[in-house]
Amino acid sequence: MLAAVEPAVEPLGDRALVVRVPGRDLLNDWRVMAGIAECVQAARREWIVDVVAAYETVTIVYDPMRLAGLFPEERLPYERAAAEVLQILAVESAQPAAEARLIDIPVCYGGIYGPDLRESAARSELSEEHFIERHASGSYIVTMIGFMPGFPYLTGLPPQLAQPRKAAPRSRVPAGSVGIAGSQTGVYPLESPGGWQLIGRTPLKLFDYRRESPSLLQAGDRVRFVPIDGKRMADLEGSR
Amino acid sequence: MSSIVRKPGFYSTVQDLGRPGWRKDGISEGGAMDRYALRCANLLVGNNEGEAGLELTLAGAELQATSDLLIAVCGAYMTPLIDGEEMPMWRPVRVAAGASVSFGAAAIGCRAYIAVAGGIAVAPALGSRGTDTRAGIGGVAGRPLRAGDALPCGAEAPWAAAWRGELGARAAQQPQARHSWAAPGWFAPPLAYGGGAEDGIELRAMPGAEYGQFGEAARAALFRERYRVAPASDRMGVRLEGPPLEIEAGSGELLSHGVVPGTVQVPAGGLPIILGADCQTTGGYPKIAHVISVDLPLLAQAKPGDTIRFREVSLQEAQRIGISFEREMQRLAAAVRLRKP
Repeated sequence: MLAAVEPAVEPLGDRALVVRVPGRDLLNDWRVMAGIAECVQAARREWIVDVVAAYETVTIVYDPMRLAGLFPEERLPYERAAAEVLQILAVESAQPAAEARLIDIPVCYGGIYGPDLRESAARSELSEEHFIERHASGSYIVTMIGFMPGFPYLTGLPPQLAQPRKAAPRSRVPAGSVGIAGSQTGVYPLESPGGWQLIGRTPLKLFDYRRESPSLLQAGDRVRFVPIDGKRMADLEGSR
Repeated sequence: MSSIVRKPGFYSTVQDLGRPGWRKDGISEGGAMDRYALRCANLLVGNNEGEAGLELTLAGAELQATSDLLIAVCGAYMTPLIDGEEMPMWRPVRVAAGASVSFGAAAIGCRAYIAVAGGIAVAPALGSRGTDTRAGIGGVAGRPLRAGDALPCGAEAPWAAAWRGELGARAAQQPQARHSWAAPGWFAPPLAYGGGAEDGIELRAMPGAEYGQFGEAARAALFRERYRVAPASDRMGVRLEGPPLEIEAGSGELLSHGVVPGTVQVPAGGLPIILGADCQTTGGYPKIAHVISVDLPLLAQAKPGDTIRFREVSLQEAQRIGISFEREMQRLAAAVRLRKP
């Protein structure tokens, strides 16, 4: 169960609501949020449109008309939705997401794929090899998917590797780029502008709308970066 | 049944009612910015409300019918012409094969919608034909239209076929010069788009989760001041210029969390941004307010330079307004279906 604390629900505009669990520790909140999101998704209510887990919130987008049609009494769709969500969480007793999937992400570090690796290593007072080793030995958790399709917010970057954002963002960051901004590390699923320090690139497609799950990663997944060399990178890119 | 894009216009995309259900993968809901105009246009050509049509922005496209079509144009007034002759909006119009439908700059409003009987039959992606240019999916190759793009249509409903036939017969009785189009005398009610009006566009909004973290001056200013739509606005967000809204010291950026179209977020500079249909699924700025869903079509029709005012409503009012609006839509749909030629 979600500890003794009752989840709280508040509105987000006129067709969404937010579930919070007050007074928890942020390091483990993602587990609780992923658990709540899973539980609400599993309830398969036809008026639930979308469920988005994030650091300390789960946002549920709902269809007010569906609710008004299903429950034609005078209660507001929001009140109905809030009561139903709390009931789902009470009855189903959302479990914090258990041991999640472990996903390996091969990365070719440095060179043309990681144009900012040298400067980043220098800032962290490490050799490039040690920087790569540190980055690849971290155990990362996807706290949420957001910002762009398939983009994972990862916790778990070793503090020594933290980097400032670039003063002037690049206008084009290639898809698959692995970067660091502040104490976060992440992977760009699609080409886009961006101000992260780029240290490598993965041949994996983090976003592919033709897949059953378009985003390769989901909130709660564990991620491991596996260093690969340029030849392996070329092979994997060729086989995509 | 199809048409060809001769000129793409400023920014034209295929849009339907979007792809809800994929936010967990970071994919925007998307869809038409002005859902009323698209739904209306679809009803007027006998389609389901959610069929794919075209969304034109600020300055319109030129399309050529490659077969006889039944179309409807709703939304912003962009001086729509058929073979150079002004065509009526908010009603079904039969366009003869070979005729060209062209649009000028938006005089009132910002976005015009074209529906075609049968809907635009590009391949759907994740359950929607709407174009998401960031994800590169939907529409024509996931991008805005270009000259030469072919736009195939699906199968039209019997209602549309009957009207197309009737209007074709009427056109044939016109003098030679007027063969390229015909329309009935009845029409659907346009929304009162306030684009460019003296007192600006009024958007009803309810206070957001961080409303209380803004100072008293900012809270009063939000519902009192006029804001101007900035040029850098797009389908992701409408940026406003005006008096900055100060947030109390110690507040500011939050941990990223879910956001929805209509959310009014205030970045550090204090100038609000109203999120649009293509907004990100998550954001971290404080949310001072939310524009109610029913008024998002008005937001869609706000173009750079237009004035926006916010009027405060409660969540209760917002949802009641929403339900009665949907009932009106149901009545409109029924009324259109009853109009037999």
